[in-house]
Amino acid sequence: MDLYEYQAKDLFAAHGVPVLPGDVATNPEDAKAIAAKFGQAVVVKAQVKTGGRGKAGGVKLASTAEETEEKAKAILGLDIKGHIVHRVLVTPASDIAEEYYFSFLLDRANRTFLAMASVEGGMDIEEVAATKPEALAKIAIDAIKGVDQAKATEIADAANFPAEVKDQVVDVIVKLWETFVAEDATLVEVNPLVRDPQGKIVALDGKVTLDENADFRHPAHAELVDKAAENPLEAKAKEKGLNYVKLDGEVGIIGNGAGLVMSTLDVVAYAGEQYGVKPANFLDIGGGASAEVMANGLDVILGDEAVRSVFVNVFGGITACDAVANGIVKALEILGDSATKPLVVRLDGNNVEEGRQILADANHPLVTVVDTMDNAAAKAAELAAAGV
Amino acid sequence: MAIFLNENSKVIVQGMTGAEGTKHTKRMLASGTNIVGGVNPRKAGEKVDFDGTVLPVFGTVKEAMEATGANVTVIFVPPAFSKAAVVEAIDAEIELAVVITEGIPVHDTAYFWAHAVATGHKTRIIGPNCPGIISPGKSNAGIIPANIAGSGKIGLVSKSGTLTYQMMHELRDFGFSTAIGIGGDPIIGTTHIDALEAFEADEETVAIVMIGEIGGDAEERAAAYIKENVTKPVVGYVAGFTAPEGKTMGHAGAIVSGSAGTAQAKKEALEAAGVKVGKTPSETADLMREIMQGL
Repeated sequence: MDLYEYQAKDLFAAHGVPVLPGDVATNPEDAKAIAAKFGQAVVVKAQVKTGGRGKAGGVKLASTAEETEEKAKAILGLDIKGHIVHRVLVTPASDIAEEYYFSFLLDRANRTFLAMASVEGGMDIEEVAATKPEALAKIAIDAIKGVDQAKATEIADAANFPAEVKDQVVDVIVKLWETFVAEDATLVEVNPLVRDPQGKIVALDGKVTLDENADFRHPAHAELVDKAAENPLEAKAKEKGLNYVKLDGEVGIIGNGAGLVMSTLDVVAYAGEQYGVKPANFLDIGGGASAEVMANGLDVILGDEAVRSVFVNVFGGITACDAVANGIVKALEILGDSATKPLVVRLDGNNVEEGRQILADANHPLVTVVDTMDNAAAKAAELAAAGV
Repeated sequence: MAIFLNENSKVIVQGMTGAEGTKHTKRMLASGTNIVGGVNPRKAGEKVDFDGTVLPVFGTVKEAMEATGANVTVIFVPPAFSKAAVVEAIDAEIELAVVITEGIPVHDTAYFWAHAVATGHKTRIIGPNCPGIISPGKSNAGIIPANIAGSGKIGLVSKSGTLTYQMMHELRDFGFSTAIGIGGDPIIGTTHIDALEAFEADEETVAIVMIGEIGGDAEERAAAYIKENVTKPVVGYVAGFTAPEGKTMGHAGAIVSGSAGTAQAKKEALEAAGVKVGKTPSETADLMREIMQGL
């Protein structure tokens, strides 16, 4: 789960990383009030979970409370790379002497963590990384030993942090590592990490990604979920424990196993090219395709107004196809009149003959059984096109 | 021959007495796996009857190995306890640990992987979040259904469980030396490259199917490895061509950010290494079919 900047900075503050004070506003009037409270020039920052806010006009300086209101008005509602701005962070403007870059992240290739640091931080860090790789220090972190004072010093030295701020930077690095570990983060990024004219080091921005697999040991992380920003269908699916991602096509997809479902999306996209239709969603119902899970899945997919047909693609490995077929039949009973879109079903694997027989016997008018994945995808795409 | 797992493998199950452990211990026994016991510190000394096969429960992996000569462990313990279970297996220096558990925090996986590195890689880790490994007719360590395909000469390595099953099903008339699901998590033990290296060295395997998916650069690195080191024919498939950027598709690892890790980039890298890449699972199976018929 990606966090907003203000949430990331709250976590930083909780672990002793120096940040500036700030408050979040969802309307221009509140932004004005926050600026008035600070009584000085402020920065109004769009809170969106994507980069490039500055370049998109999502970060603006305001010298008075009135100006803050204006700037907030301009930023709220902006579309930044598909993310609509619903809230802004208002924080005191600070003079910046130097901008640095720092992050801890997961290094998949080396199966450990990585620290990245540069004294050339700021908006163009990607360009620095691409054109001057020597200016971006990359230090592997041993997941057991972690980052202590000595390791942090090694990182700070590798990135050539100036001597006058090194002690502060080392301290910040150790605290960012504590944040990274204690919160089960897969990314902790500070860009820019700044030195102000008084020589003080501050995390001016923050990006944190949390590992949802670790939610069981972080009950407080549930409060960081932005329920209002969730797609309503995704929220509904999550409530029912379904692994669902909304996409922007017309063919609803249900399958078992993430890899098979991803593959199904591809096959439907290929088949849909000639009809101009695409997959409407990713939905993995996992190993146990009970009638209830199938009904929940169909319910979510049929709740998507864009869906014109549904492709149920199941390989019976541990799950038996007859159980899946019974699940489909019962799901259609449960849904009754609310099931109105054609279903193309492809079953293979364990007890496939029994499964196909159950669907043949049920002879439901909405259900078409097709024998292979490729042919079923073609049929589902054709039906979606006919239903548009 | 086969890779990593064969008819001489003696298997224990960590978490054998839990719901998943019990269910899959029965399945593994039914498919002929030589399971010699289980591990659960709270039930040490007890015996469990699995449809007529009575298995002892040991307090630790080390005790189980000393008593039974076990050299493989299959781990079904819940995510919160997986780190300790894998570390225990590594400390006992068991040859192979197959970690089936889904949903292990990546900091925990990073920790036990670092522990495996620090102790000199005495234990091969497969997974986590994987279906395990099967050498059909010899042994089955994990949850791959044994009835999909029999033994044969194709080696299969895959990030995805159900795509493993699908591919085994498509090529069931040829059969497999070993099929291994390495898992789709961001950090995994055994990689595509490890499996490719072992299949290349395995006399029984004549051709290899490699299944990848979006995210990371494991497939690109495997492609580079194939180009330099693999002489046997390799056929590939990559899932996730149409997955949108920045969305997690089920597997924690299956997320595309920027241009790195896209299915297209992986396909191109594999093709540049001489690997034939299918557009769909069945087209991939057809490519392998042609190779097997030509051998």
